[in-house]
Amino acid sequence: MSTVLKINNVTKTYNKKLKALDKINLQIKKGEIFALLGPNGAGKSTLINSICGIVNFDSGSIKINDLDIIQNYRETRKVVGIVPQELYLEAFETIWNNVNYSRGLFGKPPNYQYVESVLKELSLWDKKDSKLKELSGGMKRRVLIAKALSHEPKILFLDEPTASVDVELRKDMWNVVKKLNHKGVTIILTTHYIEEAEELSDRVAIINDGKIILVDEKQKLMKKLGQKTIKIELENSIENITTKLSKYKFDIDESKKILTHSFNLSKENTDITEMLNDLKNEGLKLKDINTDQSSLEEIFIKLIKENNNELVRN
Amino acid sequence: MNWYGIKSIFIHELDRFRRTIFQSLASPIITTSLYFVVFGSAIGSRITEIDGINYGSYIVPGMIMLTILTQAISNASFAFYFPRFTNTIYEILAAPLSSFEIVLGFVGAAATKSIIIGCVIIITAGFFVDIEIEHPFLMIFFLILTSITFALFGFIIGMYADNFEGLQIIPILVITPLVFLGGSFYSINMLPEFWQKVSLLNPVLYLISGFRYSFYEVSDVSLFTSILTIFVILISCISFITITFARGYKIKN
Repeated sequence: MSTVLKINNVTKTYNKKLKALDKINLQIKKGEIFALLGPNGAGKSTLINSICGIVNFDSGSIKINDLDIIQNYRETRKVVGIVPQELYLEAFETIWNNVNYSRGLFGKPPNYQYVESVLKELSLWDKKDSKLKELSGGMKRRVLIAKALSHEPKILFLDEPTASVDVELRKDMWNVVKKLNHKGVTIILTTHYIEEAEELSDRVAIINDGKIILVDEKQKLMKKLGQKTIKIELENSIENITTKLSKYKFDIDESKKILTHSFNLSKENTDITEMLNDLKNEGLKLKDINTDQSSLEEIFIKLIKENNNELVRN
Repeated sequence: MNWYGIKSIFIHELDRFRRTIFQSLASPIITTSLYFVVFGSAIGSRITEIDGINYGSYIVPGMIMLTILTQAISNASFAFYFPRFTNTIYEILAAPLSSFEIVLGFVGAAATKSIIIGCVIIITAGFFVDIEIEHPFLMIFFLILTSITFALFGFIIGMYADNFEGLQIIPILVITPLVFLGGSFYSINMLPEFWQKVSLLNPVLYLISGFRYSFYEVSDVSLFTSILTIFVILISCISFITITFARGYKIKN
């Protein structure tokens, strides 16, 4: 896949004090869904706003389709759409006028048929003559997506697209994002909901304190940093762990009936068969076995915690 | 040039004018009528003529200037401050528009509204007094250039204002006094010599004087100085906006 977005050493400091972005390097591939994860104030929105031209960054370079976004702002901005985090809309405009206005801003001639298809796709067509102030929060968020799509962008930035929307609408939004991606739109989203990144993204970056601390494919990341646990419930309680079993480093619960064994997913050969044989040889009778895998959320929390500890040490 | 972008901003802003058409037009019509009742009939009956012109007619150019200056400033400042206030400015900044094109859209719309209101005032004034326009092209030139210049000034206020109060401070505390003291309703020749000299420091005096010349061929200062003044203000506003946009001050930071 070719690279559509290249970010090199981008730095941004607010009021000469707060370093929001610290030498950010990132590349986004054409056609992927890329999730940018990070806690509040990590620099996610500043990064998106810098790419879209909403914020001036201090140093470094950003290229879209190999064109510098400052020198070639006309060409690069035409292919980019942005859905902001907050519901930034004018209250007294109608959906129809507002979406057509957005299309015009991006230098596109009117195309009512296209705008109609976007509104229909986002279930907004019936409300096209409604004023924006009359819409629910979820509808407003759809309008923001319609506005971002009005000029047929090839890259779409979604800054917290499902913040404060209900579960049903969130699933709807995910479907919209997937559909767009199937049509060839490259999607870059920031989110607090790790579940969202887990559901949608091909690749994930984790940003903390203005620095990218990790970029990887979601599956690889989960395999590399994820942990799997096996919980073995015994029929009878176990008094002591024998020398033979001690190598598995079991955690034993209070009832002394549940043994928990954790192992890294990146391990080529797990020792599960051997472990079960050893348990059998020790005369232990198994009642039940459960497995559990760490989610992206747990990986994210672990990484942020490690990174914060490192920052404190430095 | 992103003509579609400019047109979008222009139409979007004029649409706001259309939505509040009654308020936008009724206010200047009523104010003009009141000025004629108070200054033209009540006070004007005691002044009769200035420079050989009936007082009611004499104050028409000053009144038009007063209105287009305040309207151009308030329309442009509000038009640019409002998207900053609602944060909808994000899509203007993200669009492939140069700062010149953004200014052209907003200032063009604000100036157009002011020109429309200026024309409405001329028509309204026509119901109260006889109006002669000796140099119609010069009058149109002043009307358009003043509207554009002060719309640019309003745009600057819209860029720098931190709240709605900030939008009002300069128009109320600076522009309105300058217009009133700039010979809108009198000739500076009627003032004591000291205050005549003080009045010459007021840039609005030159605009009103030039504008009045286009109507009646009478002026307090030379036409050349009036035209030069308006160009100086125009270029100052353009330079200021260009520098502010380049620095991204309060907009992109």
